[in-house]
Amino acid sequence: MTTFGKGVLLLAAGLALAACNNPGRFGADGAGGVGGAGGARGGFGGPGVTTGGLGDPSNPASIAYFNQTVGDRVFFAVDQSTLSAEARATLTGQARWLNANTQYGIIVEGHADEQGTREYNLALGARRASAAQDFLVAQGVAPGRIRTVSYGKERPVEVCSTEACYAKNRRAVTVLSLGAGS
Amino acid sequence: MRVCGAIAAVLLVLAAAPPAVAQPLRIQITEGVIEPLPIAVPIFVDEGGAGQAAADITRLVIADLEGSGLFRAVPQAAHIARIADFNAPVSYPDWRAINAQGLVTGAVSRQGDRLVVKFRLFDVFSGQQMGEGLQFAGTPQSWRRMAHKVADAVYSRITGEGGYFDSRVVFVLESGPKNARVKRLAVMDYDGANVQALTDGSAIVLAPRFSPAGDRILYTSYESGFPQIVLMDVATGARQRLGEQPGEMTFAPRFSPDGRTVVFSLAQGGNTDIYALDLGSGRRTRLTSAPSIETGPSYSPDGREIVFESDRAGTQQIYIMPAAGGEPRRISRGEGRYGTPVWSPRGDLIAFTKQLGGRFHIGVMRTDGSEERLLTSSFLDEGPTWAPNGRVVMFTREQAGEGGVPGLYIVDITGRGEPRRIPMQGGASDPAWSPLLP
Repeated sequence: MTTFGKGVLLLAAGLALAACNNPGRFGADGAGGVGGAGGARGGFGGPGVTTGGLGDPSNPASIAYFNQTVGDRVFFAVDQSTLSAEARATLTGQARWLNANTQYGIIVEGHADEQGTREYNLALGARRASAAQDFLVAQGVAPGRIRTVSYGKERPVEVCSTEACYAKNRRAVTVLSLGAGS
Repeated sequence: MRVCGAIAAVLLVLAAAPPAVAQPLRIQITEGVIEPLPIAVPIFVDEGGAGQAAADITRLVIADLEGSGLFRAVPQAAHIARIADFNAPVSYPDWRAINAQGLVTGAVSRQGDRLVVKFRLFDVFSGQQMGEGLQFAGTPQSWRRMAHKVADAVYSRITGEGGYFDSRVVFVLESGPKNARVKRLAVMDYDGANVQALTDGSAIVLAPRFSPAGDRILYTSYESGFPQIVLMDVATGARQRLGEQPGEMTFAPRFSPDGRTVVFSLAQGGNTDIYALDLGSGRRTRLTSAPSIETGPSYSPDGREIVFESDRAGTQQIYIMPAAGGEPRRISRGEGRYGTPVWSPRGDLIAFTKQLGGRFHIGVMRTDGSEERLLTSSFLDEGPTWAPNGRVVMFTREQAGEGGVPGLYIVDITGRGEPRRIPMQGGASDPAWSPLLP
């Protein structure tokens, strides 16, 4: 464990203070148990994240099958959260699969490309995640199984600064985890 | 590095200082280009035990003053007079001869475990001292702060504005590749010195803000798996998550001027609105109620109004509403998209990020939206924060492409000169300026 904040921050202490003997408590509750389907993607840990393998992609009930064959993500136009025909087709397939494999919990992640301010992109990612969530629910997926999270522009999958990359970063990703299903 | 004990700053009126009568030496900070004022800052006199500190402090005073864009130091090699005795009379003709308009003399000494720094400021052409001599005392480790205080006093006396050099900045320290960035909360001096990390990088952190007194920090953290506002006590490091329910997404927090209320955004069902949280009672009030995105709230210095961004008209624009909520009025009128509005501590201007024609700009406008001025232009500039004196803005600039690393830049709001990068190892983003340190 590193010792962040050891005598940090003159600010509050201001002048004429020897009150620097308060070691910070930063990092005391760092992430644990990150990995598997849900956690690794976002790089966060904490409560509710289960670690598990993706399974064998040839097994139609595995997360690997869902990700690769059903398709775990849909894409959006610039500054939009409307689902395209292609996105609706992918989500219809997701819903069918999710309704057949109810052992999985679902987090829909909304993402934006880097062409936008940070806070706005968080809100835009929330819109996109919600659009995908609403579609899945309308297709019969139990609302209680799905949660949404926005990453804004914080987690691009493609790192170039052209439309080819941006188009892949404007996405909603359906992330599964075992044991949190209905 | 330990920087404890800080500075016991007793502002002593030095005995030899006559009361200043007139102050003809003056820079008016207005719009437009101003020729930097030539000023002489000879190496501070070592009055015993100062060692390297005398030269270091002198160098930092010069760096602060020149960095403001308002001053130009006359090279020490060109000086005719030598300041060997801090209390000896100033030979004005020698300084006039090299065209120095201002003269800063100083002395540094070691007194026990304290470092003592003294300075005086002179108007060379009128042949008068400007203001009283001042003395700062502190631990040897706090020499940078004492140098910043000298520079603040010089800046303030000549411009009539408050200083901003003795201040800190909370920001996000970035490392790692673009698609797996590690982000840690950190603080530094305004000039990039004394960087200290406050979180360990296990969770994404975004957009920290200081409280008006500088004793608390608000930021957004993914430590719960969802973006949620966290309140950190600066002195103890104690953290408190302000998101009420698990899975709730809250972000873009900012304090009210009295430090008692936090205004922020909450995303629910894909819709983002602005709320206020009373820290004392824990009571939450919804301030906007629209199907559009409302975020980036920032209070006016008098606490009566909130400026924020909304895409209710189709694209991001800037609006102002009463602090208790109510009908907003749109103030941004130009082409393009406007976001991240921040009210100046002086109350006169709103700084913002503008997207236009595929580029990003930092700009300022008056609170009625008039007199818009763009200060910067790049692939990606965003998130301005005001210096304590409301004359300088710091922001994030990110380079394009895979190897793009964000950095922090400073620009004067008069548009004087190019934005200046704050030297730092690694990436940095989302700066928020502290108040001037006491």
